[in-house]
Amino acid sequence: MKELMIGNAAVARGLYEAGVEVISSYPGTPSTEITEFAATYDDIYCEWAPNEKVAMEAAFGASLRGVRAACAMKHVGLNVAADPLFTLSYTGVTGGLVVCVADDPGMHSSQNEQDSRHYAIGAKVPMLEPADSAECKAFAKLAFEISEQFDTPCLLRMCTRIAHAQSVVETGERIVPEKKPYEKNPQKFIMAPANAIRRHPFVEERMRKLTEYAETAEINRLEMGGTDIGIITSGACYQYCKEVFGDSVSILKLGMVNPLPVQKIKELASKVKKLYVVEELDGVIESHCRNIGVDVIGKELFTPLGEFSQKSIAAAFGLAPKETITADTAIPVRPPVMCSGCPHRGMFYVLSKNKITVLGDIGCYTLGSAAPLTALDSTLCMGASISGLHGYNKAAGGEAEDKTVCVIGDSTFMHSGMTGLANIAYNGSNSTVIILDNSITGMTGHQQNPTTGFNIKGDPATKINLEDLCHALGIGRVRVVDPYNLEETEKAVKEELAVHEPSVIISRRPCVLLKYVKPKKPVMVDPDKCRSCKRCMKLGCPSIRMKDGKANIDTTLCVGCGVCEELCPFDAIGHEEPTMAELPPASCVQQ
Amino acid sequence: METKGIVIAGVGGQGSLLASKLLGKVLVNEGYDIKVSEVHGMSQRGGSVITYVRYGDKVYSPVVQSGEADFLISFERIEAARYAHLLKIGGIIITNTQRIDPMPVITGAAEYPEAILDELTAKGVQIEAMDALTLAEQAGSAKAVNIVLMGQLAKHFHIDYDKWISAIEQTVKPKFVELNKKAFELGYNFGK
Repeated sequence: MKELMIGNAAVARGLYEAGVEVISSYPGTPSTEITEFAATYDDIYCEWAPNEKVAMEAAFGASLRGVRAACAMKHVGLNVAADPLFTLSYTGVTGGLVVCVADDPGMHSSQNEQDSRHYAIGAKVPMLEPADSAECKAFAKLAFEISEQFDTPCLLRMCTRIAHAQSVVETGERIVPEKKPYEKNPQKFIMAPANAIRRHPFVEERMRKLTEYAETAEINRLEMGGTDIGIITSGACYQYCKEVFGDSVSILKLGMVNPLPVQKIKELASKVKKLYVVEELDGVIESHCRNIGVDVIGKELFTPLGEFSQKSIAAAFGLAPKETITADTAIPVRPPVMCSGCPHRGMFYVLSKNKITVLGDIGCYTLGSAAPLTALDSTLCMGASISGLHGYNKAAGGEAEDKTVCVIGDSTFMHSGMTGLANIAYNGSNSTVIILDNSITGMTGHQQNPTTGFNIKGDPATKINLEDLCHALGIGRVRVVDPYNLEETEKAVKEELAVHEPSVIISRRPCVLLKYVKPKKPVMVDPDKCRSCKRCMKLGCPSIRMKDGKANIDTTLCVGCGVCEELCPFDAIGHEEPTMAELPPASCVQQ
Repeated sequence: METKGIVIAGVGGQGSLLASKLLGKVLVNEGYDIKVSEVHGMSQRGGSVITYVRYGDKVYSPVVQSGEADFLISFERIEAARYAHLLKIGGIIITNTQRIDPMPVITGAAEYPEAILDELTAKGVQIEAMDALTLAEQAGSAKAVNIVLMGQLAKHFHIDYDKWISAIEQTVKPKFVELNKKAFELGYNFGK
């Protein structure tokens, strides 16, 4: 059957058809839907792990037990899982093991645009890169064959424009390979030095064999056309090149981006006048070409920054841009914002109002950095808020402790905040940690996590209690506040900053976009009471604006959280329309 | 057939994914090769969101670039202007007239360009503007703006009305089928 699928759904379909039995992942844009779609197949056991390292190790365990297993993550997630990956390269697998990793050139939803191909090179494992949804499915299946044939984990590299682009996929049957019997094999699986020393030559030999495979693999396809220009490319860039040149140039389309072939590249080089490498991010293929003595034009023409497109490639080749019409008037930017009624807003307002230095983390609450709240001072990586605050306070030597906090989400805390908190307790910094508990993994689109009480299928699961957990990690002072209650929230922040011991404030209120959170009636502004002080505007709520000099609320967006109502010094905001008695007599109204 | 491009622009949360899903379904059912490029993640949080649809005999790139779009469907006025450069000369803008202030306008850091559509019209861009929000509310939900606009777009295609309706049935959850059929009909009959 032919279906239109996003690349991630097609990867999930490939995993399903390949007979995968266990998938463990941590959500991260643009990789999340791989596991979400896989979880719709009842034949696959799927889970959200607390982080990518745990996910990859769970997949390793399933492979060790003899079934096909997979994990999926975004590019920065592979940093977290790099530790198991590098040694999994040594152990190899029992059941096939595929690691899906999604890069985000252009940083649509990421803190950097690192190139995952470096991991394949560093860990000495094969990496495949599909160029559309049909290939996503086919390559996911092929990755298992390669994994088992060469006794290696196999990486499947996605990028945003493949992961989130729909194209047509032909679906097939699921075939589950027989579960391999478990056999104890310490020489292969206990990577103590004596064994690991013997496995390293295996890894080098495997790379030699994989390079041979790359020479003949069908997925490394030479498409001969005109011979003035030759292009070596892969993934989404292949599509852009075809869009610009059609069959008028010769293209080596690489489906396997590590290891790279040698003879195939030399063959194309010998047939064309000029050879180009078109690759997003780093010049990985280009460096390889230079290493094997093939002269190519690469990064001097194609930037290492951001995403490519048919437009950028055409421009790099000096082709004229297409004719178009644009408006002359400047159009204001529309950056993403915290939603109306977002529970993070109340806490950020309090932190901003009190001019507190805030070390931030990764999640929706990174949006607290935007004007007018501008509440954040740093965002590095998952968990860095807590560990960073500890170091900051140690360096400040007491002077900053009363005005510096960190904020971290519930899912991010479970991902990599716990160890940082243990460090605060163990090495004794007077730090105030705020856990923004909105009871879901928000930014990636509402995935469950160990604190929500539900698993990936939405079935009830063990709910880890954050208060108990913080106590167990050695924190004596743990308190919970409702961020919709500004007074209570401000009191808690001031008090916990004042005490001379580590403390945790759990700012708890479920994400307003959760289905079970029913919006309240919108609030309204009584224009006669409003004195245009604009205090409510300091919340950065997308529902509040100034209209004819008075605050005004967009009732189609407002969910009635009431935070602005609390803030208004003139009692001008409320849930009810002003009654006739409250309205000034008609004679007083200016005409 | 030369590859055609359609751009769907809106504000995060307005339902551009459903609009592209419906369009994709119709075009697949017609036997076209098709690619749809979506945006997920951070920009969905009230930010400017853009979806590309390309179809034809053989489609390579999933993205529409400057001067390549036959149609620009916009859920909000200034989003139409923001992406107008994607239109081919002779391309058509179909836009909702709704105004949604972006944060720089709310905070007073920027002005909302009220006359932006007139400026584009003066430059020769063909614009079909409609109050899709009111029509969506008539259909039963303000969230159906996306499907109202799809109804307006459908008039430009040589595809039977019934095929759009069956694509709606295949795309949306059963309990929302009637609402969306109504919204599509209101968009389709707009101005007739």
